[in-house]
Parts: sequence; structure tokens; C-alpha cells
Amino acid sequence: MIVVVLPQHLRTLAQVGREVHLHIPDPVTQAAVVTELENRYPMLRGTIRDHVTFKRRAFIRFFACGQDLSHESPDAELPAQVLTGAEPFMIVGAMAGG
Amino acid sequence: MTGVRVLVGTRKGAFILTSDERRQSWAVSGPHFGGWEIYHLKGSPVDPNRIYASQSNGWFGQLIQRSDDGGKTWAPVDNKFVYDGMPGTHQWYDGSQHPWEFKRVWHLEPSLTDPDTVYAGVEDAALFRTTDGGKSWHELPGLRAAKGHLWQPGAGGMCLHTIVQDETDPQRLYVAISAAGAFRTDDGGTTWKPINKGLNSGELPDKASEVGHCVHNLAMHRSRPGVLFMQKHWDVMRSDDAGEQWHEVSGNLPSDFGFPIAVHAHEPETVYVVPIKSDSEHFPPEGKLRVYRSRTGGNEWEALTTGLPQKDCYVDILRDAMAVDTLPSCGIYFGTTGGQVYHSADSGDTWSTIVRDLPAVVSVEVQTLA
Repeated sequence: MIVVVLPQHLRTLAQVGREVHLHIPDPVTQAAVVTELENRYPMLRGTIRDHVTFKRRAFIRFFACGQDLSHESPDAELPAQVLTGAEPFMIVGAMAGG
Repeated sequence: MTGVRVLVGTRKGAFILTSDERRQSWAVSGPHFGGWEIYHLKGSPVDPNRIYASQSNGWFGQLIQRSDDGGKTWAPVDNKFVYDGMPGTHQWYDGSQHPWEFKRVWHLEPSLTDPDTVYAGVEDAALFRTTDGGKSWHELPGLRAAKGHLWQPGAGGMCLHTIVQDETDPQRLYVAISAAGAFRTDDGGTTWKPINKGLNSGELPDKASEVGHCVHNLAMHRSRPGVLFMQKHWDVMRSDDAGEQWHEVSGNLPSDFGFPIAVHAHEPETVYVVPIKSDSEHFPPEGKLRVYRSRTGGNEWEALTTGLPQKDCYVDILRDAMAVDTLPSCGIYFGTTGGQVYHSADSGDTWSTIVRDLPAVVSVEVQTLA
């Protein structure tokens, strides 16, 4: 089971709580997590990654295990602790600065 | 009961203001979509409980929301705006060609006859349409064939911000695009032509260029579909032949820079603008917030000041932030970047504040409810 933590605005949009639990077949990658999220909650399509290019939106970050995975390949397998559900995969709105 | 519903889009959410026909006591609902930029929301003329809203922010992009109960509840509909075919390119700041890239929806214009049909004006400038209540959006690509490769973004972005429908001719539409100009279709959106003759924009090397004019807003009275009024970057303009030729009607305005323009609901020659000092000083001249009204279709303007701040006022009024209701005594409404929404229930003679501390107001629309 993969535990995904969504930012507040996307929780409101999808009408879910802080965490979403997903069952994803191997290999579990960033792309697979977002695809499953979008399949289960179609209203999230386009809010995390582009509809057409599937590129992560510029001010979305992916964190897990104390690391910023945003610049990893979308097709790279996620850390083992995420695969076991011990650590969440966090989708985060980037700091606004200012 | 007859009344009005004012739909207010702000930098941090939507607000809905309602009143009976006396327009003296107001109920305020919101923020809806708190924290999101609501560039525009507008109701269907044929089903006033059907309202569409453009919701966006820099993190999560564009959403479109739809309400079927007058704004009490909302549900997201399709937010996929993909340019038709190969997107092509437009002129970029450095003179090179740059691919069209979708950024946001600036304006939603529900059809005059079908609640499921809505036009969406977007940045980078293009026109989209849904015919299934927002379940899918499709571009009308003929617009960008009207010399789109020569359009280039201005400081505010290359946005299609104004959509005007001709009630007497469903095949005719007008749109306006910042730093590109005004355009018209006579075949339901398949083909388009620039309608910018006479605009004479001093900001361009060729004042009479076919495209490149910075049109800020268009307005039309439903009974005179061939008569258009325009607030341009500078200059207030008028056309009496569906945009084939324009002439200036700025007359005695203290500044002819501004953003919105509106026409009285029952007097097709009565027009409203809000002069702004200049293109870099986006506030009222002399710190006095004045709506100007012409009862002669332009050229002769009178300042409307009763109830509006006449000193130390330095807010802006954006292009989509003024609207009129259709009650017998026509109501005029506008919102400011300072978060005030003002209204007049007597065609502009006197003004009062409905709310005064909202986030910066981006758009104001009014529904007159039977």
C-alpha cells in the first residue's frame, strides 16, 4: 500500500483527507502513483502534471523519506520505505517565496 | 421575487452578493474556492442557476467549476484545454516565434441560447468552446489563423479576455485580445477577421496596423448589435458598422486610459467608463474615483461621483470588473483592486458600497433574477 499525502487545496478538490492509500502494481514510480491518483480522482487531472506532456507542474514538488524526488525520473522506482507504506509519498505545493 | 445576484471573482476566491430588486440590503456568500484566483464567473442567460467559474493558481493550474443551483454547490468539470492540432507559434518578446502555451482561462461566456454551450477565452490567446456543459473543451482554431503569428504578449500576457455575442445573429461573435486587437466571425467561429481599422494606436510603429492593438474591453447593447464600444489601452472608441471602422469618442474624459466599458441596459447610447491615469499609473486621476457616463454614445462625458471616494483613492478597476443589471432602474456595479464592490441602483447617479474588504476584485458579473 502506498500512502500519498496531498496538499490542502487538492484534498478539498478531491474531497479526501490528508492521506490517500493506493494499491499500485510494481514497478511503483512517480508516474504510476500520479496515474492511479488521477484514475481514482479525475478532478485532479491537470493539477499535478500536464494533461498532454505529463510533465510535473512547475510548482509541484514530490518529497519522500526526507528527500526531494522532484527531479528524479518519473519512471524511477520510489524508495523502499514508500513501497512498504512506512513512509508517505508527499505531493507538495512549492514555497511561494516573497 | 425579483432580485440580483452579483458574481465577484477575486485574487483569492469567489463571492456571491444577492439582493432583492431594491438593492439596498445585501447578503454575501463566500469565499468559494478560497485561496484560488477566480478570473471570471458567469451565469447562463437561459438558466440563471447554471454558473461557470474559472479557477486557477500558480501551483495547480486551471480548473473549471460549474454550479447548477445558483452558486450554492459546485463541481469541477473538464479542465483540459489543448490547442487544436500543432499549436504553432506567435511572436515573442525578442522577435522570435514562440509556441502557444496554455496558461489560464480569463473569460467564460455562456451561450445566449444553450446552457451547455460556453465560450472560453484563454491565455495564450485562443477561443475554446464546450457544447456539453463543460465535459469537454475544443478550440475554434480559425481565430489564430487571423494573423496569430504576428500577435505578441503585452505586459499583462497574451490573453483573450472579451467575448461578445450578437443576439440577432448566432453566427456572429466578437472577441478582443490584449496587444492583438479585436476580431469578428460571421460563420459561428470557423473563420475570423481582424476588425481594427481606425484604432490608430500610438504605441505601435504603424498606428494603422491590422493587428497589434491593445484592446482592453468591448461592449454592445443587445438592441444595436452593429454598434460597438471599446476601451482601448488609450482611447475610448466606437464603431457603427460591426467593427469595420472605429472612431474615437474619448471627448472630455480626464484620461482615456482605462479597462472596463459598459452600456446601460435600456439606453443604448448611454455608456460607462472608469478613467485610469495612465498605463503605468493604474489608479484614478487625482485620487478621485469617478465613473464617467455618456448619454450621447461618447464624446460628451459627465463625472459620476456621489458616494464614491473623492480623495486619496488609488485602486484600479480591471477590464471584467464592471457590469449592469436589467432591472427597470438600471443598476451599475464595479469592483476594485482594493476589494470594494460599488453599485448604483439609479444608472450611476448615486453609489454605495456592497462590500469593501474583499481580496482584489478581478471580475464582476450581474444576474437579474425573475
